[in-house]
Amino acid sequence: MFVMDEYDVIVIGAGHAGCEAGLATARMGKRTLILSINLEAVAQMFCNPSIGGTGKGHLVREIDALGGEMGINIDKSFIQSKMLNTAKGPAVHSLRAQADKIQYHSEMKKTLEEQENLDLKQGEVVDILTDDETGKVEGVILKTNAVYKAKAVIIATGTFLRGMIYIGEAAFSSGPNGLSPSLELAENLKKRGLPLRKFKTGTPARALSKSLDYSKMSEQKGNEQIVPFSFMNEKLQKEQVSCWLTYTNEETHSVIRENFHRSALFGGQIEGIGARYCPSIEDKVNRFADRERHQLFIEPEGLSTDEVYIQGMSSSLPEDVQKAFYKTIPGLENLEIVRPAYAIEYDCIDPFDLKLNLESKRIENLFCAGQFNGSSGYEEAAAQGLMAGINAALKLDGKEPFILDRSEGYIGVLIDDLVTKGTNEPYRIMTSRAEYRLILRQDNADLRLTEKGYQIGLVTQERYDRYLQKKENVEKELKRLKSKGVSPETANEFLVSVGTAPIQMKTVLSELLKRPQVTYEGISQIDDETRPELTEHEKAQIEVQMKYEGYINKQLVQIERFKRLENKSLSQQFDYSKVEGLRIEAKQKLDAIKPVSIGQAGRISGVSPADINVLLIHLEKQRRREAK
Amino acid sequence: MLFKEDTIAAIATAQGEGGIGIIRISGPETFSILERVFVPVRRKRDEQERLKTDVVNIEAECKIQNRRMRYGKILDREAGKEIDEVMAVFMKAPYTYTKEDVAEIHCHGNVVSLRNVLALVLRKGARIAEPGEFTKRAFLNGRLDLSQAEAVIDLIRAKTDTGFDSAMGQLSGNISKEISEIRAALLMLLGDITVNIEYPDEDIEEITYEGLTNSLSQIGDMIAGLLSTAETGKIIKEGLKVAIVGKPNVGKSSLMNALLRENRAIVTEIPGTTRDTIEETINVRGIPICLTDTAGIRETEDKIEKIGIEKSRASLLASDLIIFMIDGSTTLTEEDYGIIEKVNDKPVLVLLNKEDLGIVIDANEIEKRLPSAKLVKTSMSKGEGVNEIEDIIEVLVYGGKVRNENSVLITNARHKDLLEKSKVAIGDAIEAARFGEPLDIIEIDAKEAYELLGQIVGQSVSGDIIENVFSRFCLGK
Repeated sequence: MFVMDEYDVIVIGAGHAGCEAGLATARMGKRTLILSINLEAVAQMFCNPSIGGTGKGHLVREIDALGGEMGINIDKSFIQSKMLNTAKGPAVHSLRAQADKIQYHSEMKKTLEEQENLDLKQGEVVDILTDDETGKVEGVILKTNAVYKAKAVIIATGTFLRGMIYIGEAAFSSGPNGLSPSLELAENLKKRGLPLRKFKTGTPARALSKSLDYSKMSEQKGNEQIVPFSFMNEKLQKEQVSCWLTYTNEETHSVIRENFHRSALFGGQIEGIGARYCPSIEDKVNRFADRERHQLFIEPEGLSTDEVYIQGMSSSLPEDVQKAFYKTIPGLENLEIVRPAYAIEYDCIDPFDLKLNLESKRIENLFCAGQFNGSSGYEEAAAQGLMAGINAALKLDGKEPFILDRSEGYIGVLIDDLVTKGTNEPYRIMTSRAEYRLILRQDNADLRLTEKGYQIGLVTQERYDRYLQKKENVEKELKRLKSKGVSPETANEFLVSVGTAPIQMKTVLSELLKRPQVTYEGISQIDDETRPELTEHEKAQIEVQMKYEGYINKQLVQIERFKRLENKSLSQQFDYSKVEGLRIEAKQKLDAIKPVSIGQAGRISGVSPADINVLLIHLEKQRRREAK
Repeated sequence: MLFKEDTIAAIATAQGEGGIGIIRISGPETFSILERVFVPVRRKRDEQERLKTDVVNIEAECKIQNRRMRYGKILDREAGKEIDEVMAVFMKAPYTYTKEDVAEIHCHGNVVSLRNVLALVLRKGARIAEPGEFTKRAFLNGRLDLSQAEAVIDLIRAKTDTGFDSAMGQLSGNISKEISEIRAALLMLLGDITVNIEYPDEDIEEITYEGLTNSLSQIGDMIAGLLSTAETGKIIKEGLKVAIVGKPNVGKSSLMNALLRENRAIVTEIPGTTRDTIEETINVRGIPICLTDTAGIRETEDKIEKIGIEKSRASLLASDLIIFMIDGSTTLTEEDYGIIEKVNDKPVLVLLNKEDLGIVIDANEIEKRLPSAKLVKTSMSKGEGVNEIEDIIEVLVYGGKVRNENSVLITNARHKDLLEKSKVAIGDAIEAARFGEPLDIIEIDAKEAYELLGQIVGQSVSGDIIENVFSRFCLGK
């Protein structure tokens, strides 16, 4: 072994988590090395070629507001943009963009290469080093016997860690998309006591676009007005490409049914746990036998390739069966598959073993992020990567960890869910996982988080100034709308014309804006004051804040209550076995998870409200004893 | 989850005992709740007094003042009716038991009035207090001595754990089933909403406002239906049906008399339906009890006696609790065995009477034959054991051991409170849907209702909805 270099932080893996982690630490002034088993894997989208969607789009917005890279990178490389759920309310509006995969990878790689304080190298890590005395992490060893020293290490191995690919009856050791797997590292992490387990995911086949007959499918276009992901981009204009829809039919299903016995999934070879939200097509046909059709979504993989992604058809059936069932689908009769669908099993850690700052409970200064933590999805990975990076840097500076709670962001919901509640399947964010969904909107992620990102040192001055300006514009205009009254004579003609009841007396504009039929744009007709020049972002913000004020305030009250319990902190040294009155199950769970607050303790399964009361009484007892 | 900071209320006095019952409220909303339910009545004499001196002060005098007991009325403004005449006092934090704002409403001691006042207070924004919660707050706010901490923990532990069981016990039969049905319907709806929100691109039936409003209305009706049984709950309205059986001269009449002596009779003797059956309705610790002294159920050829025995059988069948009296000073007789056979599938309280003469009976034998029965040794001639009987009746009612179909309806104030609040939440959701609010807004109220109903049966939401979505819909890449 030989020491090659010394860094502050080393990141193992350059996927969506690794990139955000490395960029964050480098930008926070830490000399950082990102090691990837293959530099072609940097920010690779090994599954679907899109970023965002419900919940996920929210995450990207939050990553962006904190100074992360994902939003900026997708804005550079998207080929179609769509705001989903526009008819369903402000909390669930979700942005999604189709990406040019190749460009997404190369733009991110370029960003890493250009980043000050950051080195990106190809190399396979086979073990981490720890200090014998302190137990703290010290660096990593590569397959080549090279040693890189570091004060903190972030594991973001994705599906590479002991990856095992299943295609039909075939099973072989492999990383995603035929790249090398990381085998020795898993063994060594296990030896060091990290509780590893196996999860499973899968990806559908890729085919050539020219082999498809689009005339038999329905076209799915992007939105004409593009909403950028990054708050740094006011407007974006780009030629967009389309996605396509087609459906399976009874014939398809019978081909699949006849070959159930040949699926790796039903054969029992795969022991890893897959997610309910990505079932394979054979699983769908099996479980939903009465469905006449299943939807397929054809997504282009990029502008410089003819490959398309066939969403809805992930499968571990053998290739001959796949070929046979595609023949039955309108538009796919002559489908030419260039990469078969596969299932991949990989090692990941039980997130109960992590602290809320994503640091290992066993090895100090070892941080973990992404799929390694039991999540699924690029956005979930990136969010954790960013938080792990921020916290590694803060830790090295001896500063307090940066934790977002469940009322502050989807990032907080994601991490708290993983660390406090655990997961039995690859975890996907959903808007319904958030208790305060109306507050955690994608449109206000910047207003919620930019200040925090600035305090940490990740948010640039330019972004911060932009945020302050927007905040001021919105607040000023809200104030004006709340004080500007209009008389029935002025307003009623307009109100009736948009289909809402006339007013009897002078009413402020903000009140009128609460009516579903009345828009901010609309009230310009009855507003005789000069209105400020506002961006689309700002107008949307004003409208949402006014329209849903009642509900928003209700959630704010709930949040205030929630925060009081979050702020009642519990010591990490607290010995729960000594607390009289706690049930045994509660003692064990509390001891294992070591919650940082009463609030967190209350979310642990197996800890009842009565247990929480007992804890509260104990804390009060302790406080009084200490006060004596 | 219990929160220290919301406003709680409960009946603070032992139920049914004494002429006055007190409802205590504690927490930041106390004053505003009191103001909305209580109207002080101005005394004429006071008014004239004041008129002579200072006009302005009259106004002040009519308001609720700190630490001043006021006479007045509890008004249900929405229903436009007066519920009770009371004395009420407001005590400002921190010089109170809990160190929070506290109010006490002193009502007439009868259960119905107390419950109505409490229900109104809860409707106005208070939450029913968990067992030991006032004491817990007192301790957490530094009111009690450190040495009392253990006692507080015991209080929380014991009452919450057993309280939870008894709550579950009370939810036997229809109610638990009905709540599960309502929750299941609501869960389907939430699943529909969630899948529409989370999977906008999937091949899934789009939810319509019409369908949404219909489902919500149906669910609202189901809750309302359940609540209406709460209002007219059999126990509250008609009382717990208790039948006393036992061979002649075992002490049944003495028991009747003893219970009557201690408890105010509401109605006395319903005149002669048959010669032997006597019915009394009495009030035991706030629980109306309909007491039947049966004629005995031995085999007989006597025609008139046969009618009486049939009557007794019927009242046995209809009763929620059977008090089976046995002469403890002798061994079991044929007649006793006969009764055992007839009552062994019902909730039974066995009294081994004539304890004063020495117990010679084999209690094991009775326990073997009536394994779920409770045994109490009494001496009616000395008036011993009556308190214990009352204890047991109270536990049976509130502890949920009376399992006659339809007998225990929603008597638990907590359940009723949660049902009321879930009804309001469903109403809000319907209102939001009518107003054309988007799906995510409607979902907030629907989810709240689901959560509240879950609290009744001790289940939380977490995971339910997502589970429902993935089991019903075919989703994914």
